[in-house]
Amino acid sequence: MIRPIGGVTLAALAAGLVMALGVAPREVTQGNVQRIMYLHVPSVWVAYLAFAVVLVGSIAYLGRRSEAADRVAHASAEVGVLFTGLTIATGSIWGKPTWGTWWTWDARLTSVSILFVMYLGYLLLRGMIEDRERGARYAAVVGIVAAFNIPLVHFSVYWWRTLHQPPSLMKPGPGTMPEVIVAALLVNFAAFSLLYVYFVARRVRLLRREAEAVG
Amino acid sequence: MAADPLIRVTGLRKTFGNHRVLDGLDLDVRVGEAVAVLGANGAGKTTLLKVLATLVRPTRGTAIVAGHDCARDPERVRREIGLVAHGSYVYEDLTASENLTFWVTLAGVRPSAAALAGALATVELDRVADERVRTFSAGMKRRLSLARFVLVRPRVLLLDEPFAGLDQRAKKWLEEHLASFKAGGGSIVMATHSFGRELAVADRIAILVGGAIALDTPRGALSADDVQRLYALHAEDTC
Amino acid sequence: MLTFARRTFIVVWKDLLVERRSKETLNALFFFALLLLFVFQFAVGPDRERLAGTLPGLLWLAFILSGLLGLGRTFVVERENDCWEALLLAPGDKSAIYIGKLAGNLLLMLVVEAILVVLFGFFFNLDLGAVLPALAVVIGLGTVAFAAVGTLFAAMTAQVRARELLFPVLLLPVQAPVLLATVKATEAVLLGEPLGSVAHWLKLLAAADVVYVAVGVLTFDFVLEG
Repeated sequence: MIRPIGGVTLAALAAGLVMALGVAPREVTQGNVQRIMYLHVPSVWVAYLAFAVVLVGSIAYLGRRSEAADRVAHASAEVGVLFTGLTIATGSIWGKPTWGTWWTWDARLTSVSILFVMYLGYLLLRGMIEDRERGARYAAVVGIVAAFNIPLVHFSVYWWRTLHQPPSLMKPGPGTMPEVIVAALLVNFAAFSLLYVYFVARRVRLLRREAEAVG
Repeated sequence: MAADPLIRVTGLRKTFGNHRVLDGLDLDVRVGEAVAVLGANGAGKTTLLKVLATLVRPTRGTAIVAGHDCARDPERVRREIGLVAHGSYVYEDLTASENLTFWVTLAGVRPSAAALAGALATVELDRVADERVRTFSAGMKRRLSLARFVLVRPRVLLLDEPFAGLDQRAKKWLEEHLASFKAGGGSIVMATHSFGRELAVADRIAILVGGAIALDTPRGALSADDVQRLYALHAEDTC
Repeated sequence: MLTFARRTFIVVWKDLLVERRSKETLNALFFFALLLLFVFQFAVGPDRERLAGTLPGLLWLAFILSGLLGLGRTFVVERENDCWEALLLAPGDKSAIYIGKLAGNLLLMLVVEAILVVLFGFFFNLDLGAVLPALAVVIGLGTVAFAAVGTLFAAMTAQVRARELLFPVLLLPVQAPVLLATVKATEAVLLGEPLGSVAHWLKLLAAADVVYVAVGVLTFDFVLEG
């Protein structure tokens, strides 16, 4: 089951790359560097997807003591942290030529960094508890707290960046974007989502094998 | 009705990491019955007690107390049991009276001053009611942790090495206290590795070897020596 | 309902009694708070302009550092006295224990924070009289959030090996939005602005309070299980 997913993922990633590098238009002011957005934005979307799955898995584990749910939550957190790291890295790389600095406390980078550290803590907790059952239980609680914290992070960071004016809208989107750009973003989002599924599936299989070996 | 046992353990298995502590354990305890579970240190007696006390979840098998499953319905089971184990379950900086007030209130009971005093009198701690537990001996602390069960009446007492570390007087007191608990319709499960006073209180002896019950017999006319011989016999069998 | 309140209250009563008899935590925290003041002053320097700018941040830094120390110890009493299992086994809704612990921690933190505000006012020569009510609101809302998650995580880490390390590592990232909100709101309040101008921050804090306490109540059972 996993290998066909891998195959489709590879194809999707290739398509995404073509869209990002070839099909999408060259940005006027920033030049080709802007194309990194097709890596950066889908990355963060998948990270959120991953953390949503962590929430669901955590609740399922606490509710039903389903070890499978716990494995999915664990794997999803790992892959989520991976994509979060990718978001930060691409954001930083994008920032250097654009704003002249490796780091800036803009709303997205700040929020994503907070998420990164939160879920890194989740993984640290799992790593430090030997008792499998307790580790799963505690991680589930942290996973739930972290997930409910995400909207709080968003609002607080966004208001923090827009100084004195609290916004009346939730978050201004980029307004209307040309269809080509939207298409390129969506293709890459789909590709990254498949990559996420592939990674999680492999990781869950590994975790299950480890559990069976001990059990 | 003495028909259904108050406690029914079936096929209990518990694995910690790689170590299988309990393996296919079956045990029944009836109302008003006291069972002494005999086993060497590390044989799994404490684990068995912890499963019954809902502190540990079984890897496989079931433990039913008063009709409730220990793993699925722990809160219901907790209302029926009282555990006295290694933890002293008392706060050193508080007095006996304050400790009792805390534990009984936390259990949802609202004791009057008279009831509290009465409970302390039952465990013979009324004279030191206002002294800090820090100054108590092991026996006194154990009596204090039993005091709460005078007011919060469980149907089962789970005891881990109940007579360990007590002086003669305290042992005698405990034996009488457990006997009257049984007479009041309570059941008792005692875990021990020695052949002492527990046997006097017990109606049945269960020998725990290799993670399961190797022998389950009424104590009846067995003397301590008999029990010791039986135990040695079964412990050797599995080596 | 009444039983729940009684059980919650008895937990607070017990913790206060133990604290009063052992006198461990409050004294140490008070001393720690005093030390922080010195450290901050030395770190920031005597320049009053610079100090005024960083004051809200320093104040909340002081709250957080003392909070970490105080909260981290919440369940140590249970472990040291070997009462953890007994707490779990006491029949009844375990969230009464959570709320009780939360209330106790809240009380402790608020006392330390009050002391810190007075000390800050004294050392840095601030005139806090007029802004005190507004400041109290901000501090109250922020502290509830901190204590709610802190109590939950303290129960968790009490049973884990590297508890002193894991506790702040888990708590601080989660508290980031609360910190942003409280510092910004404190900044405005200290400048004499009315609470209405930071209504959005206050609403965020109130939302955080509700969410954290709700999650705490719902998940505490799973943490207490040990």
